[in-house]
Amino acid sequence: MGAMNKTVFVGVDVGASRTKVAVLDGEKNLLGFCVRKSGTDFQKTAEECLEESLKMAEASPESVGKCFSTGYGRKNVSFRDDTKTEIGCHARGAYHYFPIAITVIDIGGQDNKIIRLDDQGRRVNFKMNRKCAAGTGAFLEEMSMRLDIPLEEMDGLARTSEHMVELGSYCTVFSGTEVLEKIRQGEKVADIVKGLFYSVIKRVMEMDSLTDRIVMTGGVVEHNPYIVEMVREITGKDVLVPEHPQLTGAVGAALFAMEASLTE
Amino acid sequence: MREEMADEKKSMRKEIAAGKTLKKIMADHFYELDDAARTGSKKIAWCTSVGPAELLRGMGFLVYYPENHGAMLGATRMATELIPYANAQGYSPDICSYLTCDVGSYLQKKTPLTIAYGIESVPRPDVLVFNTNQCRDVQDWFAWYSRELNVPLIGIHTHRDIGQIRKYQIQDIARQTEDLIPALEEVSGEKFDMDRFKEAVAFSRRTSELWRECLESAAAIPSPWTFFDATIHMGPAVVARGTKEAVDYYELLLAELQERVKSGIAAVDGERHRIYWEGMPIWGKLRALSEQFASLKTCVVASTYCNSWIFDQLDPEEPFESMGRAYTELFIVRDEPYKEQYIKDCYDKFRFDGILYHDAKTCPNNSNNRYGMPERVSEKLGIPVITINGDLCDLRCYSEEQAKTNIEAFIEQLDER
Repeated sequence: MGAMNKTVFVGVDVGASRTKVAVLDGEKNLLGFCVRKSGTDFQKTAEECLEESLKMAEASPESVGKCFSTGYGRKNVSFRDDTKTEIGCHARGAYHYFPIAITVIDIGGQDNKIIRLDDQGRRVNFKMNRKCAAGTGAFLEEMSMRLDIPLEEMDGLARTSEHMVELGSYCTVFSGTEVLEKIRQGEKVADIVKGLFYSVIKRVMEMDSLTDRIVMTGGVVEHNPYIVEMVREITGKDVLVPEHPQLTGAVGAALFAMEASLTE
Repeated sequence: MREEMADEKKSMRKEIAAGKTLKKIMADHFYELDDAARTGSKKIAWCTSVGPAELLRGMGFLVYYPENHGAMLGATRMATELIPYANAQGYSPDICSYLTCDVGSYLQKKTPLTIAYGIESVPRPDVLVFNTNQCRDVQDWFAWYSRELNVPLIGIHTHRDIGQIRKYQIQDIARQTEDLIPALEEVSGEKFDMDRFKEAVAFSRRTSELWRECLESAAAIPSPWTFFDATIHMGPAVVARGTKEAVDYYELLLAELQERVKSGIAAVDGERHRIYWEGMPIWGKLRALSEQFASLKTCVVASTYCNSWIFDQLDPEEPFESMGRAYTELFIVRDEPYKEQYIKDCYDKFRFDGILYHDAKTCPNNSNNRYGMPERVSEKLGIPVITINGDLCDLRCYSEEQAKTNIEAFIEQLDER
């Protein structure tokens, strides 16, 4: 993999939680990428992510044809050529991997989105989470802290659950209190963790109805693939996942960058 | 590396010249009330926005509208810090934020009238008159002042969720309105004067006709003004309803809008998309939203809210009956099928590309997204819809970044069609 002299196209997805960069070549191949905590200096994080991605792609900064940014911090990326919303970019990225009529479910660090696309990849409808971050990565981070379990161990734990414990609270903080109550009652941690995953799924499913083909994207799905299996089981639908679900927005942004370059 | 992109371009706001007259009308309205409150020269009635203002004017009262004060508290962004004082008195943060910010304003003795006009406080009422066609909250709101200031509280109780209008409903509201007269005579010390009443009804009717024409000028492509302009210029239709000043103002405004249409002057340069705003304004974010839409080459051309001050059913020959009709045919008290048809009629007239529903946390009566209407209307009209979450006055309920992203993504979606 290398692209020293070829033009590449960059997508930068600056989320509230994580910054993702994707580098594509002219044939839409993913050559390089990087994911980092966004922190408080979005510009610096974006620059560092870009550097690492280009290194992985074996591409020089001069070979970047165009760069589009997206996400919460999209306007903080000084080297962007233009911006697109994360809704647009996740739609574009998901359709790139699955060019059929789909419903995209993106579970991000603080945002959830459900985006319905027709068979041409055009957006029919979209919804984002209302007012609070229940059912997002922030919820799982809070629970990880409450349970004193590293985030990366939650997926493995949930898989071992035999009797899932359902939680009733909506609010993330109150859910934490409920979790402690369940532990006091002697419930198994694995069963509680699966219940936490189910809470995330419930919050998402309340947002909109789903079509037959679902594509799941975002960091929560990337690091907790068991959630995808649970959604399959609960909905009985065809649930698809791109190779790097957390990069879908960045890939979409890079595709928009490429298309903008071609129309010039 | 690329050079830094320019910041989001801010479109030039096209100031409406009639705005200077508007400012004077609003100032005169408050100065007159303030003078009357301090000198006792005239009696003052507090009235809800679609209350029997014509009757009150006909009986010689000056009329003050607490909802207008609530809107000012929201627009000046004073509301959010005042609401908690009402909350502490037991008024839930989930109820009407006009009510909570106005009560908070009273408790803290802070009003935007001071900054705007040098007026120390809102005018003390001699009588409080409500119509629950807006919601139950207005009655509870006025009840606070009735207890606090020991002032009589009277009002009209509306029918709700009406489909087909029945004669008995109109007559009921007409009779309730008439039944207010003895209590009002006692407060005013004057006998009810039918001619003065009919004159006020006639002025209201004419104001409504002119206001309708102003709003309908936005059917032009491009539109000469936006919803954000209209929420400001509706001031006289709200507070000066039933007076000649309001009639004169809308004749002036209409002429200017018609001139813009004739000259092809667009409120939003390069108007590419047209939107219908369903629900309350977000008072503290009018400018920000106006600028965002303009930067996206999108004009919000029509709204339920501004349309709600058209009372062209009023008839000076049948004042009570026609008021009963106007208050019963009002959008806010109608059922879902009526509202959907209403929006369809607006779609045919204003030719918009999408609808934005504003779910105002503290205003269920004006948040029409909650029973599946957006989905039904979207399917019926074949256009996309979006719902944003916010509030009329309480900015704690408004996640600005979420709303901005939703709006931007919505316009992207329209661009793709």
